Amino acid sequence: MSEYDGYEPVIGLEIHAQLQTESKIFCGCKNAYGEPPNTLTCPVCLGLPGALPVLNKQAVEKAIKMILAVGGKVCNRSVFARKNYFYPDLPKGYQISQFDKPIGEGGEIFFSLEDGTKKSCRLTRIHIEEDAGKSLHPEKGESYTRVDLNRCGTPLIEIVSEPEMRSPEEAYGYFVKVKQILQYTKVCSGDMEKGHLRCDANISVRPVGQEEFGTRTEVKNMNSFKGVERAIKFEIQRQVKLLKSGGSVTQATLLWDESRQVAEAMRSKEESHDYRYFPEPDLVNLVVNDVWIENVRENMPELPDEKSERFIKDYQIRPYDAMVLTDTTSLADYYDEVMQYTKDGRTAANWVQSELLGVLKDSGDDISTFKVRPNMIADIVNKIESKEISGKMAKTVFAEMVESGKSADVIIKEKGLVQISDEKQLLAIIDSIISANTGNVDKYKSGKTNIFGFFVGQVMKETKGQANPEVVNRLLKQKLDG
Amino acid sequence: MPLSREQVEQIASLARLKLSPKEIEKFASELTLILDYVEQLAEVDTDGVELKDQFITAENVFREDKSRKSLSRDEALSNAPDKDEEFFKVPKVIG
Ligand SMILES: [Zn+2]
Repeated sequence: MSEYDGYEPVIGLEIHAQLQTESKIFCGCKNAYGEPPNTLTCPVCLGLPGALPVLNKQAVEKAIKMILAVGGKVCNRSVFARKNYFYPDLPKGYQISQFDKPIGEGGEIFFSLEDGTKKSCRLTRIHIEEDAGKSLHPEKGESYTRVDLNRCGTPLIEIVSEPEMRSPEEAYGYFVKVKQILQYTKVCSGDMEKGHLRCDANISVRPVGQEEFGTRTEVKNMNSFKGVERAIKFEIQRQVKLLKSGGSVTQATLLWDESRQVAEAMRSKEESHDYRYFPEPDLVNLVVNDVWIENVRENMPELPDEKSERFIKDYQIRPYDAMVLTDTTSLADYYDEVMQYTKDGRTAANWVQSELLGVLKDSGDDISTFKVRPNMIADIVNKIESKEISGKMAKTVFAEMVESGKSADVIIKEKGLVQISDEKQLLAIIDSIISANTGNVDKYKSGKTNIFGFFVGQVMKETKGQANPEVVNRLLKQKLDG
Repeated sequence: MPLSREQVEQIASLARLKLSPKEIEKFASELTLILDYVEQLAEVDTDGVELKDQFITAENVFREDKSRKSLSRDEALSNAPDKDEEFFKVPKVIG
C-alpha cells in the first residue's frame, strides 16, 4: 500500500476490439488493414446523403461470442444509437453505437498477475459500434490534416470494465486476458500495432480506506500492453503527487506519449463531451433470441482457462507451464499436437517452452509454419525417455533439426549420435582410464571425492560424449568405491 | 419554458453554427416555440402504455458478411472541397 504514499488507485478500462469480419459493419466494403488510403469506401461509410446502413450479421455473432466467453448476459433486445460529435474522420457527424440498451451486460474476467496471484474484474457492458476513419496529423510546416476513411465503419465491440482494478499490474493482467479470450474465440486478432485492439484507462486515486472515488482522468493513445501499464502508473503517480502537494485533480483526457513516457492533456479544439445520444432511426432493433444464443454457445471453442485445466489434468504439467503453453492458440495447438505423439507431458512441455520458443524468439518464425513440426519434437522427447539419446545429444539433434528440417532418426544416423549404455563396453573403457590415472585414483580414495568429475570427463572424452551418463556414474562409483 | 441565451449558444456551438447576437435572440424564441409545441405531448395520458424506442415493427434486418467492390479513390474524393492524390484534406485538428 505504501507504493503510492497512502493512496489507492482505482482503474477501469475501456477496450475497443475490431471484429474479424470480411466486410464492414453497415456496408459491403472490405474490412482490411493496410490498403491504399481511401480505396475502401462507399456511400454508406462515407456518410453520403441518402445512404442507409444494413447490419452485418456475423459482426453481431462475434459480439455474442465474446459476451458468452466472458460469462456476460446477451440482451434479447438491443438498440443502436447515434453518438453525435464533429471530427474530420467521422464523415456522418455521428458514430453509430449503442447507448442505454447494449447487446451485452455483465461478465467477469479472471486473470493472474505476473507473480501468479489470482484476480478478477467484472464487466459493466459490451456493446457494438462502428470505427471512425484515421486522421494523419500535419507534418511540420503543413497547415492541414489528411484523412483516410478506409477504417470508417469497421465493426467494433467496446468492452467496459467496472472500476475494480487497483494497480497498473492488475490492469495489465486484465487487458492481456481479454486479448487472449478475443484471440481464442477469433473475435479479434488482438493486434495493438495495427490498432485492432485499443485501450483507454479511467484512473483516479483515493486515500486508502476512503469509500468515495476521487476525480478521474482518462488516458488514451497507448499502443502496447506494457505501454498501458506504464501509462497508468505514470498517471497514478502524477495524481498522487498533485494531491500530496495540496492540489486537486481536474477531469481531463490525457494522451500517452510512449517515446517520452508522459501523459499530457489533449490539445485539441474538441468541445466538452455532449454526445446527445438518441436511437438510430436508420436501424431497426436488434433481437437476439435464445436459439441464436445457444447456437453460438454450442460452437464456442475451448477457452484459455479450460485449455489450461485440460493440460494440467491430461498431460500432468505444472500450472505455470500450462499458463505459458496456453498463451496463444497457435502455441497451445502445437503442444497439443506434440502430445499426440508422446506420453511424457512434462518433458514435452519443457522442450516446447525452452528450446522451441527460444529458437522462435530469435528467428521470429511463426510457430504454425515452423519447419520443426510437433511430431519431430515428440520424436526427440521419446528418444530421451527411451534413453536412446542423452539430453545433451537431444540438443544437438534439435539444433540440426532447426538448421535442416531433417528428422531425428536421420540426424542421429548421420552424426552417429548413439548413446552407449552397454556396461561391458563402458567397463572396459573405465578400467583403462583407472589404470592410466592411478595418482588420481589414490587422491579419490584419500577423500578428495570431487575428483570424481575428472573420471566422468575422461569417459566422455573417450566415447566422444556418447556414453550414457547415468550408467557411467554408476559404474565409476562401483569401481572407485569398491 | 423559454430557452436562455446560453442554451442557444451551446446548441449552436454543438452544431458548429456561428450566430450573431440578433440571431441568438431570434432562435431563442423560435426554438422555444418548437419545444412548447412538442411539449403538448406531455398532456396525453400514457398510463399503462409501454415505453418504445422505435415505431417500426420490423426487427433484425441483416446482411451477410460478404464484401463487394468499393468506390474508386477518385470517386470517393470527388465531392471533397479539398484533397490531394490520396487523402481528404481538412484544416488541421491538433498541434
Ligand atoms: Zn462502405
